[in-house]
Amino acid sequence: MSHLSVDILTRAKALLALYPEPRSALIPLCHLAQEQDGWLRPEAMSEIAELVGVTAAEVQGTATFYDMLHTEPVGTYVVSVCTNIACLLGGAQELLVHAESALGVRAGGTTHDRVFTLEESECLADCDRTPCVQVNHRYVGAQTPESFERLLGDLRSGALSDTVPPHGTLIRVRRKVGLVADRTAVAAERAAMAEAQAARAPASASGGGA
Amino acid sequence: MALTDAPKIVTSRLGYEDSHTLERYLATGGYTGLRKALTMTPEAVAAEVDTASLLGRGGAGFPAGRKWSMLRKNPVTYLVINGDESEPATFKDHLLIERDPHQILEGVLISAYALQVTQAFIYLRGEFALGLERLEAALNDAYAHGAVGADIFGSGFSLDVVVHPGAGAYICGEETALLESLEGKRGFPRIKPPFFPALNGLYGEPTVVNNVETMANIPWIINNGGAAFAALGQGRSTGTRLFALAGHVRNPGTYEVEMVKHTFRDLIYAPVLGGGIRGSHTLKAFIPGGVSAPWFGPEHVDLPLGQDEVGQAGSMLGSGSVVVLDSATCVVRAAWRITKFFSRESCGQCTPCREGSGWLERIMHRIENGAGREEDLDLLMDLCDNISPGVSWPPEQTTICVLGPSIPSSIASGIRMFRDEFLVHVKDGGCPFD
Repeated sequence: MSHLSVDILTRAKALLALYPEPRSALIPLCHLAQEQDGWLRPEAMSEIAELVGVTAAEVQGTATFYDMLHTEPVGTYVVSVCTNIACLLGGAQELLVHAESALGVRAGGTTHDRVFTLEESECLADCDRTPCVQVNHRYVGAQTPESFERLLGDLRSGALSDTVPPHGTLIRVRRKVGLVADRTAVAAERAAMAEAQAARAPASASGGGA
Repeated sequence: MALTDAPKIVTSRLGYEDSHTLERYLATGGYTGLRKALTMTPEAVAAEVDTASLLGRGGAGFPAGRKWSMLRKNPVTYLVINGDESEPATFKDHLLIERDPHQILEGVLISAYALQVTQAFIYLRGEFALGLERLEAALNDAYAHGAVGADIFGSGFSLDVVVHPGAGAYICGEETALLESLEGKRGFPRIKPPFFPALNGLYGEPTVVNNVETMANIPWIINNGGAAFAALGQGRSTGTRLFALAGHVRNPGTYEVEMVKHTFRDLIYAPVLGGGIRGSHTLKAFIPGGVSAPWFGPEHVDLPLGQDEVGQAGSMLGSGSVVVLDSATCVVRAAWRITKFFSRESCGQCTPCREGSGWLERIMHRIENGAGREEDLDLLMDLCDNISPGVSWPPEQTTICVLGPSIPSSIASGIRMFRDEFLVHVKDGGCPFD
């Protein structure tokens, strides 16, 4: 009995087909599993392990290296408050303290109703709008303590559901085509070009080289 | 020369609301560079980039053309684009990915043709959800337009491009860690040599890794010629560069500026750029090239924005990020936060980096919070010396990658430039800025 749904498995197989080595799909598949469950369940990791041909321990060992892959449950909305240098200069520490009291959890914690997880994050690369906040990795603009209260209200009421999907859904745009360049044709074409290149080489020796 | 005279090479479309769409891209000259390149030989395309002497825009600033030429003798198997922008206060690639994804794709396609690769991967930082969606949508449209895939524009050249999401790890911006991550592993940088993935890259195959902004420059270079690009800027720093200006300025933002022709003063104070220091404060210090770079003081604001110019002055232009600290900033707190970042993001392979960053962070934390000792300043410098012997610039290295030797920059700059401020924290038993 598969833990991953038919839809997720179909998409997983399409992703696997994009890579020369199946293991390369490990992280994209972890994102897919999070789209289904909101976090990375052990059952999902075991199934990903089978799909990419490694052990479940290797999937877990890889997943735990990355901040975005959660091997424990998180809220529907993961609220990331950046406190790195540009945001620090823009009042992020004060915002984080406010967020902790507004949500009643410390950074890293999840609210009892499992709606919010609060994270103190590293730089999110939106440093001209500080302090920078992301919800489920969607930018929600610079926040003040007042606007942060409104943000929480909008998330609770569903007013932002179009822009901020539940945690785990990372890429809503699906790739429409698989690999279309025929492998053997490409190899033959490359060989012919390399030959032509070699034939041209003496005449067009270009500068700068190892 | 006025700040607005130089052409906008990578930001020309950003004024349009729909700059990310294929329609806008085609209406503004999009994919003409690719069409032109496909009529040239791959060597001629590579030669244009060589002539442009485009320095890589990722952080190390290695000439893109030379990186390519190392491979032209061997067939390259993969082209990998580094879009894992995570150097603190760097937010230029983020803008290019979200607002002009086709420009990046066109750069990738032209480069792939020049290198004759079989497949290209664009590794995007996982936290860029909108960027990932925009790039995936652009790729779908580009396939439908015939610009990617089999027999591109009827030329006989074929290439597939795959957008690959990361999952949150600063270290994956280091190119060998990025390749490990792309292979589905933890982002552990690989032992050097080999110094370049040219010989031993993705799956052990010859691979070229280039930055997103580097790619964004390629269509313009092919359309206008490498010589036109090289005519901009000065010395080794040619063309324009996208600077990400953050911190205590009136107008933080990303600004495309001609290399070398302008100074940090222009960037920070010009009304059309940074607009000066926020509020009534004055400039205390600035970090010129990402938090891995040693800091500069007000005496350095007249340095030109050029790679060698900044390098000779003891720091680096690095990732193109400039962070401005005003006179009301506590440098201990700023350096502590940067150190905490490195401590969190160390991959853990090398002892000096893994352990050293944590020790440094705890000492900085106790100084900032009033529990520091005067001898902590020497202790900090001694620890920095263990990570990067001599604590000089460019730094000596005791670790597999450059994350380790980047750790001392902020602490050493803080102590050397503002020793008294550290001592006040110790003597007063707390932060004077609280």
